[in-house]
Amino acid sequence: MLRPMPALCRDCLSRFDTAPAGRCPACRSPRVVTHPELWDLSIAHMDCDAFYASVEKRDNPELEGKPVIIGGGRRGVVSTACYIARIKGVRSAMPMFQALKLCPEAIVVRGRMDRYVEVSKQVRALMDELTPVVEPLSLDEAFMDLTGTARLHGHPPAVMLARLARRMKDEIGITGSIGLSHNKFLAKVASDLDKPRGFSIIGAAETTDFLRPRPVRLIWGIGPAAQESLEKAGIRTFSDLERWDRRDLAARFGSMGERLWHLARGEDHRRVSARSPVKSISNETTFFEDTGDGDILDGHIWRLSEKVSARAKAKEYAGRVVTLKLKTARFKTLTRRLSLPQPTQLADTLYRTARGLYDPEAGSGPFRLIGVGLSDLVPAHLADREGDLLDPGAGRREGAERAADALRQRFGADAIVKGRALK
Amino acid sequence: MKVSIERGALLKAVAQAQSVVERRNTIPILANVLIEAEGDTIEFRATDLDIEVVDVAPAKVERAGATTVSAVTLNEIVRKLPDGALVSLTEDGQSGRLVIEAGRSNFALATLPKQDFPVMASSEYTANFSCKAPVLRRLFEKSRFAISTEETRYYLNGVYMHVAESEGAKVLRCVATDGHRLARIDAELPAGAENLPGVIVPRKTVNELMKLVNDDDQDIAVSVSETKVRFATPGITLTSKVIDGTFPDYSRVIPQSNTKMLEVDAAEFAKAVDRVATVSSERSRAVKMQLDEDRLILSVNAPDSGNAEEELAVAYADESLEIGFNAKYLLEIASQVDRENAVFLFNSSGDPTLMREGSDTSAVYVVMPMRV
Repeated sequence: MLRPMPALCRDCLSRFDTAPAGRCPACRSPRVVTHPELWDLSIAHMDCDAFYASVEKRDNPELEGKPVIIGGGRRGVVSTACYIARIKGVRSAMPMFQALKLCPEAIVVRGRMDRYVEVSKQVRALMDELTPVVEPLSLDEAFMDLTGTARLHGHPPAVMLARLARRMKDEIGITGSIGLSHNKFLAKVASDLDKPRGFSIIGAAETTDFLRPRPVRLIWGIGPAAQESLEKAGIRTFSDLERWDRRDLAARFGSMGERLWHLARGEDHRRVSARSPVKSISNETTFFEDTGDGDILDGHIWRLSEKVSARAKAKEYAGRVVTLKLKTARFKTLTRRLSLPQPTQLADTLYRTARGLYDPEAGSGPFRLIGVGLSDLVPAHLADREGDLLDPGAGRREGAERAADALRQRFGADAIVKGRALK
Repeated sequence: MKVSIERGALLKAVAQAQSVVERRNTIPILANVLIEAEGDTIEFRATDLDIEVVDVAPAKVERAGATTVSAVTLNEIVRKLPDGALVSLTEDGQSGRLVIEAGRSNFALATLPKQDFPVMASSEYTANFSCKAPVLRRLFEKSRFAISTEETRYYLNGVYMHVAESEGAKVLRCVATDGHRLARIDAELPAGAENLPGVIVPRKTVNELMKLVNDDDQDIAVSVSETKVRFATPGITLTSKVIDGTFPDYSRVIPQSNTKMLEVDAAEFAKAVDRVATVSSERSRAVKMQLDEDRLILSVNAPDSGNAEEELAVAYADESLEIGFNAKYLLEIASQVDRENAVFLFNSSGDPTLMREGSDTSAVYVVMPMRV
């Protein structure tokens, strides 16, 4: 006797009120999802599968079936590895030489950020058709809140999400994994359960049973350091966490404690918000070879400042705090920051400030990485409103920069370049 | 050491000394005040290695001696003693304690040896002169608001005191700027100050100096060398290192050809600026000044929170002008005006504006406009 159990075929999108045993009766596909709360859940997380690598494979059929690693050169780190390379143990953020030791036959492709941004926009457009509440976390993942869209689409969220995955594959040529649940935390956890091409569901009824045996490092934002401090308190799994009193957690871990208490119960009250505020804008580069050469670094500081400035201008932000990041040949990270008297979005100001932060550290080189960042962001109209009495040239330089921006807008990014950028 | 001293005199001396002591110290001795009793005076010395203050007070010294105790604790104790109390300070040289007695109160404070206390090396002063307290007060009080807090341009973190020429006469001049506003204050050059080397007096020293010149019409002895500056009253000597840097050539910054003149009651103006700025919650609030014949409209437009406008009757006879400023800067310079009307001289909405008090050119302020 079959119990009523909602089910959905991810390939032909047929819906069943009583789950079929085995394959989809309509199209014979094995990819049938079954869950008692299938029609009720509406918070989703979509995560593209090995996004950069998938884009490269799609654009270049020769890469099909081969291990592909996206990353910067011999000295860089892995930014994405395709699933074939992952089988060999290659992981994101792994140094390239180590990755190539594990998978010597891998094809290393230098990332093409512009292209990824383009494809990301196509994916984003498909998601926008599902709901106005899309919260991108990066180029390749986003939260979606489909609450209340069932009547509009004539289908429950699960169907629309399965269709999204199908369209991504058919129309864009990349795959993604979907997590569906009743809050953001669980949706994100779910999308990771069955990668690639996954579709996982965590229902309200099963939430605590699901979490209990799992490690707390599942929680986004619990890195090695937080993990260690949790372990010191004897917290490894969610069931450890669940045993803690709410007040004790808050006393021991501060504001994080309160959040942990809720997460232990599978509660996450954050809303999916379409406009999640940007907190900082930064760019960094890892060198092909370690360098302590002031001229070369100066060129990098300028180019990075220009990139950060261009992004700030595009997003209509200005920032008050400039950060310079350096990583020495011995992997020691130095971070230096300075608060500006007024928010800026000018490459010139960013460069001068970052340069001033670099000078006292010049002796700590050679370096393997340099980065420039802008934070404490405010809307663009508050930027660079006050001139500097002691730097009468600043106004002229701003004028030149804005004029160059206007030229780039019309004739492309390379229409005009500062000599400094060529170093 | 055994000394007795009246509580009021003790408090005054200790309070001034302890204020230079940095609250968070990694070197324990720097949290202490050095007490030396000899003859019929007691001396308190405190330092943060950049500034040194020495206070001398008359006292009945039964047994000469010297020791150091926590400046903050000593100050707190003396402050809490009843007014008019006679306080005795005793140190036997063996117990490592300074005993403080007043009436029925008895305290024993841990001491550190006098030898550990860093005494600032003396300097060859190239200029020594005397200046009335109110003159010094005006020079520094009116300029210090413009001192920069920016670490990168450390040479702006103080008041530049130097000899300059104004209308054919030599003057003693103080200048401070943070790049957004500038204050230039002149006083008659005191005899003996002709050879004064230009020095940048750090912000903290200026603040300490303000306490010194607060009281009356007394003479302050000023000594200056390339590296140090000293201000002394009969009871207190403040010695400070100066900022090792070059103050920028500020004369280029002061507009010479601004012709559009606005005259306004400074107090009314400041109040109106303060009122309209209320609607904005931004960190730097921009006020727009819209000038027409004998009329000034002040307005603030903060897209997120609201807008405000106020009209003032002023004296203005030039062509219409719209110019924006940081409200805080306008308030600060307007509050420097204490006798006459504030006179603003504009050029255009993008150029620095000059402000002075009536026709007095001994105090001029420059403020950079803000895009609104």
